[in-house]
Amino acid sequence: MLAMALMTAVAAARSTGPASGEFILSSTCPPGFEKTGADVCELRTLYQFYPVKRGLGGTRTALPAHRDGFTPHQIDLGRYLFFDPVLSGDGTLSCASCHEPERGLSDGRARSIGIHGADAGRAAPTLWNVAFLKRFFWDARADSLETQAAGPLYSPREMGNTPAKLLASLNGNATYRRLFKEAFSSDSGAITERQVDTALAAFETSLVSLNSRYDRYVHGYDAALSGREIEGLNVFRSFVARCSECHTPPLFTNEQIAVIGMPEPAGQAFDVGAEATMGSPKLKGGFKVPTLRNIARTAPYSHSGAFTDLRSAVEFYNKGRGNAVPKGMHLYLHWHISDPKLTDAEVDRIVDFLGALTDETFLPQRPAQVPSGMTLPKRGEPN
Amino acid sequence: MKKRIILGLLVAALVFGAGAFIGRTTKKDVLITSSTAGASYSGGYEGASKSASAIRSVAGPAPTNVVVVKDGESIQAAVKSAPKGTIIRVMPGTYHETVYVDKDDIRIIGVIEAGRRAVLDGEKKLNDAILYSGNNFVAENLEIRNYKGNGIMGQAGNNFEIRNNVIAESGVYGIFPQLGQNGIVEHNVVSGIADAAIYIGMSDNILVAHNDVFDSVAGIEIENSRHAIVEHNYVHDNSGGLLAFVTPGLPIKDTVDVIFRNNFVVGNNHKNFGAPGSTVSGIPAGTGILVMAADDVVIEGNVISDNKVSGIIITDHAHAQNITADPESDPNSDRVKILENVMLNNGYDTITEAKALALADGMVSVKNLDIVRVGPSPGSCIINRHQYQAVGVSDFADCEFTNTATTINYLLPPVPPREIKPGERGRVVFLGICSGCHIYNGRMIGPPIQAIQALYMENPQGLADYIAKPQKKRDDYPEMPPQDYLDPETRLAVAKYMLQVTN
Repeated sequence: MLAMALMTAVAAARSTGPASGEFILSSTCPPGFEKTGADVCELRTLYQFYPVKRGLGGTRTALPAHRDGFTPHQIDLGRYLFFDPVLSGDGTLSCASCHEPERGLSDGRARSIGIHGADAGRAAPTLWNVAFLKRFFWDARADSLETQAAGPLYSPREMGNTPAKLLASLNGNATYRRLFKEAFSSDSGAITERQVDTALAAFETSLVSLNSRYDRYVHGYDAALSGREIEGLNVFRSFVARCSECHTPPLFTNEQIAVIGMPEPAGQAFDVGAEATMGSPKLKGGFKVPTLRNIARTAPYSHSGAFTDLRSAVEFYNKGRGNAVPKGMHLYLHWHISDPKLTDAEVDRIVDFLGALTDETFLPQRPAQVPSGMTLPKRGEPN
Repeated sequence: MKKRIILGLLVAALVFGAGAFIGRTTKKDVLITSSTAGASYSGGYEGASKSASAIRSVAGPAPTNVVVVKDGESIQAAVKSAPKGTIIRVMPGTYHETVYVDKDDIRIIGVIEAGRRAVLDGEKKLNDAILYSGNNFVAENLEIRNYKGNGIMGQAGNNFEIRNNVIAESGVYGIFPQLGQNGIVEHNVVSGIADAAIYIGMSDNILVAHNDVFDSVAGIEIENSRHAIVEHNYVHDNSGGLLAFVTPGLPIKDTVDVIFRNNFVVGNNHKNFGAPGSTVSGIPAGTGILVMAADDVVIEGNVISDNKVSGIIITDHAHAQNITADPESDPNSDRVKILENVMLNNGYDTITEAKALALADGMVSVKNLDIVRVGPSPGSCIINRHQYQAVGVSDFADCEFTNTATTINYLLPPVPPREIKPGERGRVVFLGICSGCHIYNGRMIGPPIQAIQALYMENPQGLADYIAKPQKKRDDYPEMPPQDYLDPETRLAVAKYMLQVTN
């Protein structure tokens, strides 16, 4: 308690931050983006060479519509905010605490740890390729990056802040006042919530991963995947395993809610998921299909971390439809949840293939220091 | 003696039925419409092919490069080494393999000699026979047996043609193009499939014609697809014959504009052996045509006979078993159009729910059921309703058209591949890949572009060659990974682009 009070006091004392001149917003777009004549950043990827239709399925398919068109300043301001603990209620957590660049933009934990050590209830989803998504959170309760941001910021189990306190801290910081002026030059007055959300969204849309070895295979280089990985790709998209029916390329998610009956870790209560969001009992235990991009980097797996490694997550699907549904509970399990009876070798090959979806070349740089001057306290190792 | 009693009962029922019929018609004259005259339904698709020179091919001109695969060789090995634009001719023989096609313009054509076909046999060990994601894919004259997953599955390939194949006992779907546009599935014989013999999933502009599908759970299923014509098929001895569905929870949310015409839909009474939990496992065995939540389905000119539950069932998600919810999908079958069909001896051994509906509709002791409709179906219409024993269509309007003759098909002319100029290719590759490590005048993972320009300004080919096989040049930078997955033209294009960047 004393330590906490001290920390808050230290944070408050430093709220004006390091010298303002040390922070310069980048005028260039992040890697993968082209600065247009209108001084905004637009995404460029080889997938743009393929016919535009639905943006899902198969190999040489254009991507679904995405968010871009933010200015380099907005993106870089978002990066400072993302890494700055000033966004949390007590200065102990930044967005990057649960979306660490070093851990696949997730946190390596079964369930994230929020303010005062609270169990946040669910696992932190990766942020790779969120520019392409239309639904956010495991239960799909937000429909834009901007509305998503408010969730963790103000949740008492996550960052524990309030809109008023957040704006007071930012407006009380000369560096942030200057940076927001630069990033939102057409606005006047104090820093607003909308500007914070926009800057965070701008930064998050720059987190693009589309240059894995799988992508090289797609673009025509057969040797990019090993023989085992190609075997795995063919099991993955076969109609026996049916993985690609929901983890649909090129994003490896179709963004739908699926009830698959995954177990909770021991001692964890059953999570109704999208039933609560959509008010539909038929969606009890339903969660948004997560992307598999960089999946090898984001163990443990599932909405609450029931699986410690990739193989056990894949194996769950091979144990038969409904193998982990609690006794006496009826779930409307997805029709693709079947009893595929894959061989052990086929399960291994799927895991091999998933390893080919790793690409972190556009990983963002952690700022050496943030405008608030706060530093993150050392947290425990992942459990 | 016993026979006579039954006959007597039947006659009594018929008289009763006729009485009820005459009783009704006294209120309103029978409207008899000839489908050889009158207006034609022109569908919900503007690009429909309407002229005599209708499109019959969508995969483009046949490639001239031909390779031959003989018994004992591998079809996949031929696909792997084939350049884009190859006909792979497969000689008669037995091939135990999964063939995957991730490039464009590949045609796998079986050769039939003395009645012997090229047989792909999965021996109940292999998953799928053919997986394609390339565009302009053609599969013809093959025989496919004993796979666990699918016979032929497409994933997002456009402009496909799948014809003249024999597919038996091959898993979940016989022919399953998914997420494709512009395709033909014709003259295939498909049987013994645990879900749909032919399944069009999330695809647009489709023609399914002249197929013989039987002994499967579902004959032909059009699901979350738009602008499909299903015609001249023989669909018999399945649990359900023709299906137009919206399945919830898929990224494509509707099924719109499906024409079921001139098919034989006969005796679809096979025991339902669909996998537990599958959508089709809920189909009552004995269903001729099933419309669930699909919009603008036209049913015309079919011979629908001897389907024991009903000739046609129209329903919504709420009345369907085992169906989850999707707030983004309209659960009702809107604007169903039932034109002239021949319906004989359907619904002779129907399900309790249909009997109850018939009773509620005042049809006492009815012996046959041609049409059962449950759930809302706004904007629907029918012609010659007096011909059918029907439940739930009394609020259907009389259609303002009698046929679909002016709509030949919904196929599109083959679209030539988009030409990408080298300059554009170089720019996108540079920004999409190289910019992860190189910026104009600063240090990232690799050296600044200015430094590279100083070395290679007059030598773009030298730079193109270097990126294919980089060697460590600078002690203070990591070695560059080879970019040999880019073809030589693309490497040169990106080198040229990189050498003219100015910021």
